[in-house]
Amino acid sequence: MKAQADEFDIFSTMGDLAGKVEEGQGFDILEMYKTALTIRLFEEKVDWLFARGKLGGTTHLCIGQEAVAVGVMEALRPDDYIVSTHRGHGHLIARGAEITKIFSELLGKREGYCKGRGGTQHLSVMPLNFLGTNGITGGGLPIATGAGLSIKLSGEDRVAVCFFGEGASNQGTFHESLNMASAWDLPVVYVCENNMYAMSTRFTKVSRFDDVALRAAAFGIPSVIVDGMDVVKVAENARTMVHKVREGTGPVLIEAKTYRFCGHSKSDARVYRSREQESEWKDKDPLVKMEATLLEKISHGELEHVRRSVKSMIEDSYTEAERGADPDIKDAMEGVYAEREALIS
Amino acid sequence: MQKGKLSYRKAIYNALDHVMERDEKVVFMGEDITEYGGAFGVSSDLCRKHPGRVIATPISEGGFTGAAVGLSMTGYRVIIEIMFMDFITLAADQIINHAANVHYMYGGQVKCPLVIRTPAGGYRGYGPSHSKSMENFFMSVPGLKIVAPSTALDAYGCLVSAVYDNNPVLFVEHKLLYNIEEDAYPKRLEAIPLGKARVARAGADVTVVSHSYGVQLSMEAAKELEKEGVDVELIDIRTLKPLDMAAIEASVKKTGRLVYVEEGDTFGGIGSEVVSGIVERCLPYLDGRVLRVGKPEVPIPASMVAERFILPDTGRIKEAVKKSLSWK
Ligand SMILES: Cc1ncc(C[n+]2csc(CCOP(=O)(O)OP(=O)(O)O)c2C)c(N)n1
Repeated sequence: MKAQADEFDIFSTMGDLAGKVEEGQGFDILEMYKTALTIRLFEEKVDWLFARGKLGGTTHLCIGQEAVAVGVMEALRPDDYIVSTHRGHGHLIARGAEITKIFSELLGKREGYCKGRGGTQHLSVMPLNFLGTNGITGGGLPIATGAGLSIKLSGEDRVAVCFFGEGASNQGTFHESLNMASAWDLPVVYVCENNMYAMSTRFTKVSRFDDVALRAAAFGIPSVIVDGMDVVKVAENARTMVHKVREGTGPVLIEAKTYRFCGHSKSDARVYRSREQESEWKDKDPLVKMEATLLEKISHGELEHVRRSVKSMIEDSYTEAERGADPDIKDAMEGVYAEREALIS
Repeated sequence: MQKGKLSYRKAIYNALDHVMERDEKVVFMGEDITEYGGAFGVSSDLCRKHPGRVIATPISEGGFTGAAVGLSMTGYRVIIEIMFMDFITLAADQIINHAANVHYMYGGQVKCPLVIRTPAGGYRGYGPSHSKSMENFFMSVPGLKIVAPSTALDAYGCLVSAVYDNNPVLFVEHKLLYNIEEDAYPKRLEAIPLGKARVARAGADVTVVSHSYGVQLSMEAAKELEKEGVDVELIDIRTLKPLDMAAIEASVKKTGRLVYVEEGDTFGGIGSEVVSGIVERCLPYLDGRVLRVGKPEVPIPASMVAERFILPDTGRIKEAVKKSLSWK
């Protein structure tokens, strides 16, 4: 059954579903805060490591965008699939990936989730149904769509969640994927993290509109725009949308308005945006908002204790990862091809 | 046992039917492959035999190839049809950066059993965007296998193996091969392991190596050359990747001569790889010029006269074989 236009007004996507469905369902703000803080401190550590030349390649940090990853994951089950982007550390951590093994992967160690072969932009954790971060902008969109097709063919009530940036919505794969998902009623939750800039390119310079959600309307896909700096709003909207998708009404799109506080990748002087704009967004820091909520229930001392314990966990994880083994040459040549099945005739 | 002859088209159909029959986890996707039966009539009535698992896609090669990658990463074996090989350019990112990489780059956590079936080749006046043989474009993609069978039996056997391979396999068909037939319907259709060449014709004077439609052309040339007293050994390499260099090497050590025939570009072609491999392995055995027959560096013109002029034919193969008999 296709989603009906009267349930979700697909032609005016603006709006906030928070509280409309499953009202009164509480969230464990403290847990969500711990996860968001883990992401923040992990990313700060990665930044620090890059500045000191301890990591190769590049990295894309999600500082400022933590609430999106945390809020969306809150709405998911362990058997749901996730496809991520180049900016995927937050998604991994919110999904429950081990910090040590993520560090190991970034360090190119054998103990990494992908034996150090994937690194930051090609990191999958199959036991968590995390199908991978992705180095190709828009590359994950059809893969998530295929995971949705897989769920549908198997007759399961799982969902596939596809994170992507607003920049990726200008790739053909975005349009092809949304079209297939809506034509075939696939259980895919497209989550656009709209941080307004794709590297240096402001979305409004390469699109007529500010909102990616408007594009979903072209495919008859219900969408919602949420404040991506507010973890509760993200979680509530995600819950509602995921619930709809699980019922089998086809794909949805969630657009989270957010901002990356840091540069695009390790070297970025941020010449394309103003310091004023940055400080306006930093005033909406999702972690500060969570802290304010928490302080209504817990003391400053308790909050400080949480901060210290997350911080030391990150440090310990890094120390452990750094002690890991480098791959040997033999290992680097192995596994280009998977073993084949027994031949059948 | 079926009566009559087995065509290349029917062999591919039989292989698809067989693997879908046998395994509920096999899915087939592509444009116009349901009621319409496929642009070259290969899929025929498969959609009625395997309802729900033969999926007609929108014209979105990148999109549905990516969806096939997602499907195969989550437990399905997927066959996709790219209507003309030329259109594979639109799916290149998903094949090269995703399908071929996932097993290695994710540290062996996930497999991508995906067969990309596609008809290649010219001689039909379709012009530059519907005639190319592009298998050489994909030779340098680690993690991808490439198969290009030239007979109906090989088409059947290699396709079954390709589906049961746990890696992405580019399966190159040829438009002019669809109607060729085996002399008699075989008693039993068998899977053929990938990576094994086949001696299509035993001979003593010159080793001619080829794949796909080039094997048919080379066979005709060999028959004509026989009348002129030249005994050609024709090797059909069938699988381009992994390439059975041992079979080619054994033959060249016997004949001392080598000609590679392919429809795609000579420059950077499969022949370039085979010739370098032979030079590295058995230069002292060579007893004549080593030559390649292929397409010159020019788009394939629509005019069938011009096209015939550009693509390999038996005349050019015969000429090359004769030249290879000496160092002159
Ligand atoms: C196909 C492709 N083109 C370009 C790039 C280089 N690149 C990496 S990230 C990026 C910007 C992506 O923007 P968006 O999708 O909005 O995500 P964000 O970086 O804002 O999280 C670009 C252009 C790439 N990785 N892949």
